[in-house]
Amino acid sequence: MDDRRLELIIGNLLRAGVLLAAAVVLAGAGLYLAQHHRDRVNYHSFVAGPDSLRTVPGIVQSAAHLDSEGLMQLGLLLLIATPVARVILAVVGFAMEEDRLYVVVSLIVLVVLLASLARAT
Amino acid sequence: MTADSFTLIVWIVSALAGFLGALTGLGGGVVVVPALTLALGVDMKYAIGASLVSVIATSSGAAAAYVREGFSNIRIGMFLEIATTIGAVVGAFLAGHVTTHVLAIVFGVVLIQAAYQSVFKGALEHVLPTESDVLGRKLRLNGTFPEDGRQREYGSRNVPAGFGLMFGAGALSGLLGIGSGAVKVIAMDRAMKIPFKVSTTTSNFMIGVTAAASAGVYLSRGYIDPRVAMPVMLGVLAGAFLGSKVLVHAKVSTLRIVFAVVILALAIEMIVSGVMGRV
Repeated sequence: MDDRRLELIIGNLLRAGVLLAAAVVLAGAGLYLAQHHRDRVNYHSFVAGPDSLRTVPGIVQSAAHLDSEGLMQLGLLLLIATPVARVILAVVGFAMEEDRLYVVVSLIVLVVLLASLARAT
Repeated sequence: MTADSFTLIVWIVSALAGFLGALTGLGGGVVVVPALTLALGVDMKYAIGASLVSVIATSSGAAAAYVREGFSNIRIGMFLEIATTIGAVVGAFLAGHVTTHVLAIVFGVVLIQAAYQSVFKGALEHVLPTESDVLGRKLRLNGTFPEDGRQREYGSRNVPAGFGLMFGAGALSGLLGIGSGAVKVIAMDRAMKIPFKVSTTTSNFMIGVTAAASAGVYLSRGYIDPRVAMPVMLGVLAGAFLGSKVLVHAKVSTLRIVFAVVILALAIEMIVSGVMGRV
């Protein structure tokens, strides 16, 4: 396994992840517009939404209940997960190449990503 | 405004932004944020949240295409991502502690820089070193890229300077919800003397990981509202896909200048609105 092959596999997986995320967002969008298309909306001043849209368990739960906003947010969460998956795959790939330095480098990046996502749990 | 017309307008604007962003290499975020805030009166926090999501979509979606071209360098990207992700977390925290007026002004300044760079890029040709310096060698930040039918070797210099600039790029990305690809390219191309093509494609690869580092903070703060982010993500994705298809045939130099003028106008409007307290 060389770098190029590893990158190509990762690249194709990322694209599949983006398409899956887009499909989930689209499904949520269909539901949202069917239920709320006549709602008056205005986003002039920022109000943080409910916990069910701001934490990973909350999003999964509201999506499971087929809440339209929860479903869209689940798709966006899947999208956010694609770069995280990319770094995990890089750790595995570098380990297979027995490149210890870059296993450590990618692990540091992974820790930073997970620490940020841990805020939303 | 009703939800369906808001969704449609934001989708169209985002598709256009994604299309132009792909053609010019500037990304969609630089247009989406000003369009949402200035034209539709959307609060800056919703706008940067939606933009950040679209940045991840274009970066992850285009990764395979860039790898196939054979320019991106996964080691350089991964090493510098240490700096961009930490910077992004810091920037995302800062975004919650400054007023939207300040955000708008900083955004405007970054836009002016991006517009300038997109027009004058390539004007600065430098001799590419084939050897890395000591630190570049230790970190194995070298590689080859295809040129005129053969593989050409390159190395990396000034790693600490590049690393520092990447921290700044990450901080801007986290603060403003953009990819800040322009600053990433400066760090690699200008500071580390990495070939331009390698710099731009590696930058695109890095943008998604950088943005994901601020996404957790954005999500927990509620900046990512699905009702705003949905049309932005779907629009930018559709536009960027279309843009990458016509990229091969289009004459982009004129377009790049037109786009730079548009961005410059948006930048001035952002700064004025920020100073007047209108956003």
